[in-house]
Amino acid sequence: MLFRPNPSSGVPIYLQLMEQVKHAIETGALMAGDQLPGIRPLAEELVMNPNTVAKAYRELEHEGVIELRHGSGAFVSPNARAGRLADKLRSAQPLVAGTVERLRARGLSEEEIRRLFEAELAAASRKGGRRG
Amino acid sequence: MDDRLIIETSNLTKHYDSFEALRGLDLHVPAGSICGFLGRNGAGKTTTIKILLGMNQPTSGVARVFGSTPDAEVRRRIGFVSEEKELYGYMTVEDMIRFTSPFFPKWRRDLEQRYLRKFDLPLQRKVKQLSRGMRTKLSLLLALCRGAELLILDEPTSGLDPAIAEEVLQAIVGHVANEEMTVFFSSHQIAEIEQIADRVVILDRGRKVIDGAIDELREKYCRVNAVIENGQAGAPVLHSPNVVRVTRKGRVLSILSRGGADDVVAEATELGATNIEVVPVTLKEIFLETVNAEE
Repeated sequence: MLFRPNPSSGVPIYLQLMEQVKHAIETGALMAGDQLPGIRPLAEELVMNPNTVAKAYRELEHEGVIELRHGSGAFVSPNARAGRLADKLRSAQPLVAGTVERLRARGLSEEEIRRLFEAELAAASRKGGRRG
Repeated sequence: MDDRLIIETSNLTKHYDSFEALRGLDLHVPAGSICGFLGRNGAGKTTTIKILLGMNQPTSGVARVFGSTPDAEVRRRIGFVSEEKELYGYMTVEDMIRFTSPFFPKWRRDLEQRYLRKFDLPLQRKVKQLSRGMRTKLSLLLALCRGAELLILDEPTSGLDPAIAEEVLQAIVGHVANEEMTVFFSSHQIAEIEQIADRVVILDRGRKVIDGAIDELREKYCRVNAVIENGQAGAPVLHSPNVVRVTRKGRVLSILSRGGADDVVAEATELGATNIEVVPVTLKEIFLETVNAEE
């Protein structure tokens, strides 16, 4: 399993790790009931602070994405949230594809399109009061 | 991490003749954290570390490590790795370990064997014939195997190639994950502090300018970029207390905030700014902007 938080991106590392775990679940790389790497081995492997990994796991547990079983580690929650998310994403994907295609047709570069999406998401999260 | 403070200083000052190396430093390092200590050359980092080790006395103020004034007893519980590694050139790696271990009743033979293998240190080679990277690893081994509760490192990776620097960081993180230890390390490498530290203290000319959990800093600090019309000359004044610095290049206005974007976006909107975007900032930007803003 490949998690790769980027410490220099300015985004809190625990949030990046949370996103990457969710992404792995959404793409099916991780399935309900699968075990996640332990906090210590993962911290060592990624050369990052164990407290940061622990925080990401705690938050993921709080959101119901994973379950922390005392003494035996972290597991992807058995409820089918992952599959639903995958479906939700699959059904939204044509919308994005259509939009991107129309923007390209107007002569916007990939970078410009990315910036527009990011600015829009930043504006939305300002209104919604949280990001991520 | 618990609430115990391993390092605590209050209003620490240190004067060398007319030079004020420290000007009222308050430090709080909680147990179990990895705290990065950042500052430019001459900011007072090494002076602070020497005071924490009891190798230097403050002019005024109090420094406490494990709740006590640093003395020989406290020092025995600290592992220290400095830029100039305190090793004897005429000794072999094995001599150095045999010479050091008897001073520490809690010496960990198991860790000694593990780190010897992990670091691939040649037991029979003389210290003076070791490369810089090997000397750092030996120094780290000696610090970790003594069963230290606090590891203080003064620019541990300076002059090391990236592969060896990563190995050193990995050993520190691995050790912290498996043993109860607090780490306080000074560095010029912002990237490595971002990588392994959960807290950071930024020192500038003897004063603390930033102190906190790195993830909280990343959440609070952000940059608001916007476009303003040419009519207004110079950078506008923003009144939000969160504004660290406002810069303007032509029509582009850039505001660094230390308390989220909301206030700043609202104010920029009132000023008639358009195309407002909020972007995350890196620790490097926070460091440079804060140190520059003080000037």
